[in-house]
Amino acid sequence: MSSPAPKSPEQSEKSKKYDRQLRLWGDHGQKLLENAKVCLINATALGTEILKSLVLPGIGAFTIVDGEKVTEQDIGSNFFLENDSVGLSRAKVATSCLLELNPDVHGDYIDESPEHIMAHTQAFFNNFSVVIATSLPEKILLPLSKQLWEANVPLIVGRKVHPDNENPDLRLEDPWPSLKDHLNNIDILKLDKKERSHVPALAILYYYLEKFKKDHGGIPITQFEKDILRNLIKGGNCFGEEDEDGNTEENFQEAIHYVNTCIGQFKVPPQIQALLDDDRCTNLTQESSSFWVMCAALRELVQNEGSLPVRGSLPDMAADTVNYVALQQLYQKQAQLQAEAIYRRALQIARNLGQAPDTISEQEVKLFCKHASELYVASGSCIADEYQSTAFDISSYLEDPDSLMLYYAIIRGLERFISEFNTNPGQFDDQVEPDVLKLKGIIGKLLAEWGCGQAIRDERIHEICRYGGAELHSVSAMLGGCAAHEIIKLITHQYKPLNNTFIYDAITTNSATFVL
Amino acid sequence: MADAQDPLNKRWDHLRKILERPGPFCHPEFEPSSEILDFIMTSCKILVIGAGGLGCELLKDLALMGFKQIHVIDMDVIELSNLNRQFLFRHKDIGASKAEVAAAFINKRIVGCQVTPHFFCGLDSIVARRWINGMLISLLNYEDSVLDQSSIIPLVDGGTEGFKGNARVILPGLSACIDCTLDLYPPQVTYPLCTIANTPRLPEHCIEYVKVIQWPKENPWGSQLDGDDPQHIGWIYEKSMERALQFNITGLTYRLVQGVVKNIIPAVASTNAVIAALCATEVFKLATSCCVPMNNYMVFNDVDGIYTYTYEAEKKDNCLACSQIPYTIPIKDPSKYKLKDLIELLCESASFQMKNPGLTTVIDGKNKTLYMSTIKSIEERTRENLTKSLLDLGLTDNSEVMVADLTSPSTMVLKLKYLVNDVEME
Repeated sequence: MSSPAPKSPEQSEKSKKYDRQLRLWGDHGQKLLENAKVCLINATALGTEILKSLVLPGIGAFTIVDGEKVTEQDIGSNFFLENDSVGLSRAKVATSCLLELNPDVHGDYIDESPEHIMAHTQAFFNNFSVVIATSLPEKILLPLSKQLWEANVPLIVGRKVHPDNENPDLRLEDPWPSLKDHLNNIDILKLDKKERSHVPALAILYYYLEKFKKDHGGIPITQFEKDILRNLIKGGNCFGEEDEDGNTEENFQEAIHYVNTCIGQFKVPPQIQALLDDDRCTNLTQESSSFWVMCAALRELVQNEGSLPVRGSLPDMAADTVNYVALQQLYQKQAQLQAEAIYRRALQIARNLGQAPDTISEQEVKLFCKHASELYVASGSCIADEYQSTAFDISSYLEDPDSLMLYYAIIRGLERFISEFNTNPGQFDDQVEPDVLKLKGIIGKLLAEWGCGQAIRDERIHEICRYGGAELHSVSAMLGGCAAHEIIKLITHQYKPLNNTFIYDAITTNSATFVL
Repeated sequence: MADAQDPLNKRWDHLRKILERPGPFCHPEFEPSSEILDFIMTSCKILVIGAGGLGCELLKDLALMGFKQIHVIDMDVIELSNLNRQFLFRHKDIGASKAEVAAAFINKRIVGCQVTPHFFCGLDSIVARRWINGMLISLLNYEDSVLDQSSIIPLVDGGTEGFKGNARVILPGLSACIDCTLDLYPPQVTYPLCTIANTPRLPEHCIEYVKVIQWPKENPWGSQLDGDDPQHIGWIYEKSMERALQFNITGLTYRLVQGVVKNIIPAVASTNAVIAALCATEVFKLATSCCVPMNNYMVFNDVDGIYTYTYEAEKKDNCLACSQIPYTIPIKDPSKYKLKDLIELLCESASFQMKNPGLTTVIDGKNKTLYMSTIKSIEERTRENLTKSLLDLGLTDNSEVMVADLTSPSTMVLKLKYLVNDVEME
């Protein structure tokens, strides 16, 4: 009889509170979130909506930089400003309302404009994990983005990715010795009816794959060859006799399904190989991050063994417990051995580089290896470079008159308008029509600078002037949620972040992503 | 200081720019006017169903878009695990009614807003949606089979799961309703009983075993399993661990046990914020006609970058809920097809997904109850009908069967179409 079951573990209050999100990014993701500090520049509706979705899940700390005072208009679109706060510091009021959402979070504010901070304590912004800027005029945005870019805030870091619907990692074409021994001992043809209905699909697939290899001199590559393998498996079901409904047994069906998804996959996916050949992996320095050190260790393993470490997990399959668990343990053991080897090697590499011994944890390496086939590095781009670039081929996008890229042109035009006239186009009723012309002129000039032959249709420009800088709360809330989630991805190093510009049109509900 | 209720108050400047100025992309029937803001502030009544993750966000969004006459329904009380996203609630509110606390917060923060809470007994979310859907359809007026469009009450529906979500606009009687697209919500996958009982492989199988087989057998507290009772979960955890150890299965955690027993869906603030905002924008468009509403179903996913896609879900001509005609069910062999087979079809099929249908029909001008499980005496009387064939029950080709179920406030009508034409009738 087994040992007595362990008592139910004590769950901390935090663990209970964050339960629903821990199921998405795990305790390790949560820890990274709690160690992060973000800075919000300008407590606009959009800005506070972004912060809200960071404070609720427990970001470590935030600071709001905003020199403005609360106006009546602000109260109409911003939930985090109290009714009687007109005239008070917007930074102060927003900070206090946001802090109510989560006592675990630290927050403070600076009642100064970002221009002021940039002029006096420029390096201030470099201390944050991520900086969020809303409604920032170009003349501040550009130098700020350059500075943050150079300080590595917030964009270039190595990322790992969550699998969504991945193919199982079975390794049957070239099993490691202990797996091979185990599978070779299972002779499908010698099993009786009951045993055959309980043998795992993996073993079935291996058996017939070996048969195929013997008959054809290699693994199946083309669909035609894979069909042959599938038919071999089908033939093995009931020894070729059909059951009363002509059905194939479940485990044989699974084996047939795996032929498509698990045979002939890349041993090392090209994008992973590119990562391993990246300069940041092959030319390590003392400043190299743990991600690249682990990549270097991984690279050596790949060079020696010709494939990535085994993922270690198996999908469920129709099988009896003993057989399934035995297989599962073989895969887990192999994954563990490989992860340990990479960990030891990574430590050695770090030591040789003169790095401190505790920069890489075993847990980190384990996760890294588990997701080796999905590693992804998100490299952002510097906004200043984008704005100052003239080699920008917007023409091809604008050939399609409905392409959302037109809004990019409009927003860039809008920013210039605000810089030039210190007001939003159409801010006052009698300005709408004259401002349409002014904005049109500005956008035309911008397009000419980009060497773009197309024009933006008048009605689009008219629509923007109609808004007159109005901030519809629901649109801010939608973008706020999107932006907050991207920030969480960057901080927790999980899931693929946006690359790199997202445009959303609330009139049509259409959206698009562009790499700029 | 200007009254916050006054539409002329500067705080509504943002909205007034949209509602009082003409523009090239407005709805063809849109007439810019100060009366529109007045309408949404004083006359337009909105019903928000649920004051949880989506509900809190929606109430905030609607209040800041000018809506004041808002009613909110929720049967739940506040729990600790709500606080990571249901931001109208604080630690001190744990145990109180969600609807009441949410209403109070909004009314305080946005002066002039009048959110009225209703503490209402509800059902699981998909059943509730179908019920409301059916209710709105039953309120439609048809004159000579032509729909009177002024009787349409639009339904804006949103749902989230982890990093995915969807939002849709339903104009009952005109566009696809919830039941038209029921197969978008397939019934939950459950583990086969033989796996759970004989060949468990995953920790989930061990948990299901304890939940479904061991608990009813051992009945440790003499009551139904309550997923919210930590003692119950603790018991399930310990017994599942024993079983897992027995079968050498690893990976069982307390969190997993909770997830399986309570059917927990992971949830985070950002996704709820996005979907609720999408819904609020559509409500605003519908109420003001400032532009054409979404047509009509949008999916959202921010696992990998940010992805959205909007398409037109089609209204089904033979929809059980919103088409005005009975739904035809083809039957291959009515002499062999039993009543219990029909009931099974109604429950298991993705197009019906009923919970506990009660069936009646009319034979020779007289009402006949075929089967109804909800009233004990009737259940006992009609139980024998389950194993009888349709023909034995007197149901001829083209006969109509009336179905009552939790999933709709109205009776649904089925028409039985026999595919074997030369059936001998005695």
